Amino acid sequence: MKISMDEVGKIAHLARLEIDQVQTEKMAEQLSDILGYIDKLKDVDVAGVKPSSGIAFMNNVLREDKLKVSPGPLVTLANAPQRDEDFFIVPRVVK
Amino acid sequence: MEFCELTIGRAQKMLLDHQISSLELTAALLDRIEKHDDKIGAFITVDKDLALDQAKKADQDIANNKISALAGVPIALKDLLCTKGIRTTCASKILDNFIPQYDGTVVSKLKENGAVIIGKTNMDEFAMGSSTENSSYKITKNPWNREYVPGGSSGGSAAAVAAGFCCAALGTDTGGSIRQPASHCGVVGLKPTYGRVSRFGLVSYGSSLDQIGPITKDVKDAAILLNIISGNDKKDSTSAKVDVPDFTLAFDQFEKGSLKGMTAGIPKEYMSVDGIDPEVETVFKEAKRILEGLGVQIKEISLPHTDYVVAAYYIIAPCEASSNLARFDGVRYGFREQSCEDIIDMYKKTKSAGFGPEVRRRIIIGTYALSAGYYDAYYGKASQVRTLIMEDFSNAFKTCDFILSPVAPAPAFKIGENIDDPLAMYLTDIFTLSANMAGIPGISVPAGYSSKGLPIGVQMMANRFDEISLLRAGYGFEKTIGLDVRCEM
Repeated sequence: MKISMDEVGKIAHLARLEIDQVQTEKMAEQLSDILGYIDKLKDVDVAGVKPSSGIAFMNNVLREDKLKVSPGPLVTLANAPQRDEDFFIVPRVVK
Repeated sequence: MEFCELTIGRAQKMLLDHQISSLELTAALLDRIEKHDDKIGAFITVDKDLALDQAKKADQDIANNKISALAGVPIALKDLLCTKGIRTTCASKILDNFIPQYDGTVVSKLKENGAVIIGKTNMDEFAMGSSTENSSYKITKNPWNREYVPGGSSGGSAAAVAAGFCCAALGTDTGGSIRQPASHCGVVGLKPTYGRVSRFGLVSYGSSLDQIGPITKDVKDAAILLNIISGNDKKDSTSAKVDVPDFTLAFDQFEKGSLKGMTAGIPKEYMSVDGIDPEVETVFKEAKRILEGLGVQIKEISLPHTDYVVAAYYIIAPCEASSNLARFDGVRYGFREQSCEDIIDMYKKTKSAGFGPEVRRRIIIGTYALSAGYYDAYYGKASQVRTLIMEDFSNAFKTCDFILSPVAPAPAFKIGENIDDPLAMYLTDIFTLSANMAGIPGISVPAGYSSKGLPIGVQMMANRFDEISLLRAGYGFEKTIGLDVRCEM
């Protein structure tokens, strides 16, 4: 499994990561190695096998639909990198 | 008896007998951290004043006969467990200034039981790694030999327990991150059954794999901590609604009947894994002999899909990671890169400056495996293989009470030795990943030393919610082997 630098660039964009030329090159190499190893999964016969996402109990967990006190903006926004009172500030989204 | 050697059990007794106060004990351990942690690097954050306040309060409670299970006992926490008011970094620059506004459920439970939170321990960034070299803050050194890694990702917790900086610690285990560092540092590490312990307030890496558990100086302490942290929690919908036994019953069972009537399975596939160090093999054989001497019947079993565990894990875990870590986007908490053109640019610059290389690597693998056109071949396939791995274990536990294996193929390696070869590092997780894939509990108990004096542990895994069998066998083993697991600073 060979992953090109181009592919790494595309995936990095999807993951919202910025990586430079040198890192991309190294990442392409390491990813090819890792995915090459993972290719051995192709040898497993999984016809008719259901996928598992772990052993979490497969029933819905519901809570009572009851009003509770919210922590409020002071708590919710306490770690905001940038805020204006009760609002998070982000760079302009609509141009 | 020095303070640094105290187990939870011994500390409790001395505190309740008024031989020592929690303030004395906590101050002595804080002093030890101050003197020696620059050599080990076990802690990211130590809040001295807060710990001393908690110790004073515990002493008052003890004086007023308000005795709770951990009253006044200093415990360290891996730095991905949210602690209200105490910085929680996950060893990442992206959470460098993150102050949780609430306690994780395990933290609340420790506090309700009177524990003193002595500090937050170093780890591989977001728990991604097997050596604690992937921390953005420091490399933790193995207290037994500081040229070697302590294992990971809970390397700071294991090193803190081994170095006598605390009575015990909590770690988390997504693919061996409690058991492997425990093995490398000569301490006990227990990964409970998935769902046994609430994950609320644990910063998620692989949500279907992550589990919080104790790292302790002996097996009894692991049971004491497990008694406290277990149980269903409304705040974690994956926490199991099952009865929590008194785990210390395991020790009565041992005292009454040794390990007679128990059967241990040794997977034949594990014995043919490439690159098992001869010293690990020797220690493992001796462990087998000791268990036999205690009445355990040893038999060969088969886990036919062992050869595919690493490959399936290194798809599933990065996929879950890429999804979980998307939340660190510089908007609601943590670090934000300031000079950005637009919001996409801000995401990119923030994540790239905030995440270290191994985290970026796993996000990329996960994003790739989940992207359109690849999902079925990777995540879909790995999830099916996971079913087969789970079935392997269900079948195995029809014929044995626990599975015996090494923890890692080799003792701790030298710092820097594997850092540029991620695949080689992943392959060392072969014996521990399965327990997370199958959701079963596993324990690592000290079993011997390498010729260089590095500790080597042995692993036992049991069926879901059968931690009692692990604790019984682990306790019997520990008592019989009688290792002196103390390291000099």
